[in-house]
Amino acid sequence: MAGRLARSLLQRRFGQRLPVRLASGEAYVPEKPPVEGKTENMKLVHAINNALDIAMETDSTAAIFGEDVGFGGVFRCSANLRDKYGSNRVFNTPLSEQGIVGFGIGLATQGSTAIAEIQFADYIHPAFDQVVNEAAKYRYRSASHYHCGPLTVRAPYGAVGHGGHYHSQSVEGFYAHVPGIKVVIPRGPSQAKGLLLASIRDQNPVFFFEPKWLYQAAAEEVPVADYELPLSKAEILQSGSDVTVLGYGSQIQILRQACEMAQSELGVSCELIDLRTILPWDEDTVIQSVCKTGRLVVSHEAPLTAGFGAELAATVQAECFNHLEAPIQRVCGWDTPFPLIFEPFYIPNKVRCFDAIRTVVDY
Amino acid sequence: MAAGAARLVGRLGLLVGRRARNYGRMGYSDSAPSRGPEYTTDLAEATVSLTSKQPLPVYRVLSAGGEMLDPSQDPGLPGETVVRMYEKMVGLCQVDQQLYKAQRMGLISFYMTSYGEEATHFGSAAALHEKDMVYAQYREPGVLLWRGFSLDQMVDQCFNNRHDLAHGRQMPVHYGSPEHYFQFISSPLATQMPQAPGYAHGLKQAGSDNCVIVYFGDGAAQEGDAHAAMNFAATLKCPVIFFCRNNGYAISTPVEENYKGDGLAQRALGYGMEGYRVDGNDVLAVYNVTKKARELVVDEGAPVLIEAMTYRLGSHSTSDDQTGYQDMSEVKDWRERYFPRDRLRGYLQSQGLWDQEKEDELVSVTNETIRSAIKRARAEKKPSLEHMFTDVYDVPPLRLRRQKEEVQAMVAKYPEHFPTASHE
Repeated sequence: MAGRLARSLLQRRFGQRLPVRLASGEAYVPEKPPVEGKTENMKLVHAINNALDIAMETDSTAAIFGEDVGFGGVFRCSANLRDKYGSNRVFNTPLSEQGIVGFGIGLATQGSTAIAEIQFADYIHPAFDQVVNEAAKYRYRSASHYHCGPLTVRAPYGAVGHGGHYHSQSVEGFYAHVPGIKVVIPRGPSQAKGLLLASIRDQNPVFFFEPKWLYQAAAEEVPVADYELPLSKAEILQSGSDVTVLGYGSQIQILRQACEMAQSELGVSCELIDLRTILPWDEDTVIQSVCKTGRLVVSHEAPLTAGFGAELAATVQAECFNHLEAPIQRVCGWDTPFPLIFEPFYIPNKVRCFDAIRTVVDY
Repeated sequence: MAAGAARLVGRLGLLVGRRARNYGRMGYSDSAPSRGPEYTTDLAEATVSLTSKQPLPVYRVLSAGGEMLDPSQDPGLPGETVVRMYEKMVGLCQVDQQLYKAQRMGLISFYMTSYGEEATHFGSAAALHEKDMVYAQYREPGVLLWRGFSLDQMVDQCFNNRHDLAHGRQMPVHYGSPEHYFQFISSPLATQMPQAPGYAHGLKQAGSDNCVIVYFGDGAAQEGDAHAAMNFAATLKCPVIFFCRNNGYAISTPVEENYKGDGLAQRALGYGMEGYRVDGNDVLAVYNVTKKARELVVDEGAPVLIEAMTYRLGSHSTSDDQTGYQDMSEVKDWRERYFPRDRLRGYLQSQGLWDQEKEDELVSVTNETIRSAIKRARAEKKPSLEHMFTDVYDVPPLRLRRQKEEVQAMVAKYPEHFPTASHE
């Protein structure tokens, strides 16, 4: 019943035919469980809910709060948790993002585990001051005498097919520029569970951005146990010899397809890497790969200019200069606001990524 | 430097004042400082008590059945104006129903109805000057309809076709129209609120007789922007009407979880402005209050806060399901007893201005207009790809012009991967 309600709510939120994402219609490719043991088939939304449940179960100081989280949240990530843990631990806040993050900083500084939800990443900006000037500097300015490490802020991000300006944005670039916080973006259900538990338990404020188009669209066997996946550790999803293809979050699904297309149409062997943590990011895995392949394609949905791809490209050209066979290619959103009706032209879709792979190979 | 010195002198003055109060017997004056309230030794007098204030009552003109409760409160509008309010209200109800259905059929991606809150739109819009600037939240399309924005224009925006004034870039219901002095809607809550006093200040400086109205909900009123907006408007004496639609819910969150005080109207006192609480389902009461507020705003050049008490009869949007969080017997009660359309119809019938025959004809004509608008809008092409890149800046920078060429080349190279055929 709850599952049905959740499905119907999400379908209503984003139209009845989910996901109407790309003209080329990429679907989620289920992954093998990252740890041993019993599994259950979970969608991304259920894996997040399961991680939150375990975080609450294993830590009596943990609290979940934000707009509409009491009844389960608009995406149903906190469904049933108020019933299970009570309204002192799972509660609605007044409608104020700066309030939510500031409150979370205070709660975390007191020593409680604060798990805040911002309804959409697009709506996090009123909290920017609390993030940049407070959460990020709390430890540094007090020489670790005080810190808000037990704070985690979750927010759905990214394209969904019909979100327009204010329900589609990828905001990780803003936060990647803020020393003192961590930024994590999972690519699917079992990754999300392990990375979210690690984020909640990490003793630094973590911003955890969830790819909203995968909440219902991605399902796979997820271990039911309590497990964490390492932060600041990229993962090589597919070994290859010709081109390193680098991304994170929902873009990994697109890049998988582009790599397959490159293999089948060009006979090109791609090494696909999911960065997983955007800040602080895993330089070594990326550098080693590019030194091997000599070519790099980076992709994200956020606009090209000053996107996180710029940081990746700059570091790689400095560290792998003598190994590079072609200029690094970035395949990103264009430098415009996210445009509803032009979404299929705006996002870095499969063929744009494929074309970039072809470009570095043909150089 | 001078300001710093003045602050220092001010602080010294304060210090002297404190010493004066503490050591009056030594010859210092014991009177209150030149700025600020009197002193008291009675703590009760200096207490803001939750028990001493009664909830502000709600001003109304019509009974639930549409009967004029007090003839002295009759706004005296010409019959045709009240009939026009009703006709527009029916138009909004019908277009809401049909676009909601269109979303359910997958024809449009999203929709939000104004179900139950229609009187706040038409009562306030009718009391404004047509050139008073509107900053809306997203649930006030009736204000646009009142000013002549057509049902066709609404439908075109919701279908994001080539006739949408903003080139299909925003989600449905994000209307705007310079011709109707209506700023384009932004989804983030309360962001329009501090802008309204800025615009109003500009109007005042330019010697305009117009004012600004800014609409927002009980949820948005909790954002930091709401506080900044009202404080700026009061402090800088900006001619702006803050119009809160208090509909009981912010998506799923009831007002009891959004504020603890007596709603919004009494906050006016804290900011130093007039405030009114009105029955938001009584179109004539909303008209009277907005008219009075406008007079005050324009005459005094200072802001006013209106809190319209209404009720969201529908879900927040097509994205959620109210049965998951709203008490449906409460919804039923508001629908049966306080529905603004029924109430206004009751009034019109009591005045001999309306009957069943007129009702049937209006509903049938309106439905036909909307049906054909949807049929037409659906067949229209989407805007040209060109418009992905226009309006980012006044003049597209070189880098953006190159990006446009890149997209065009990509589309030409891989045509099967882009939906070019549906675009102009």
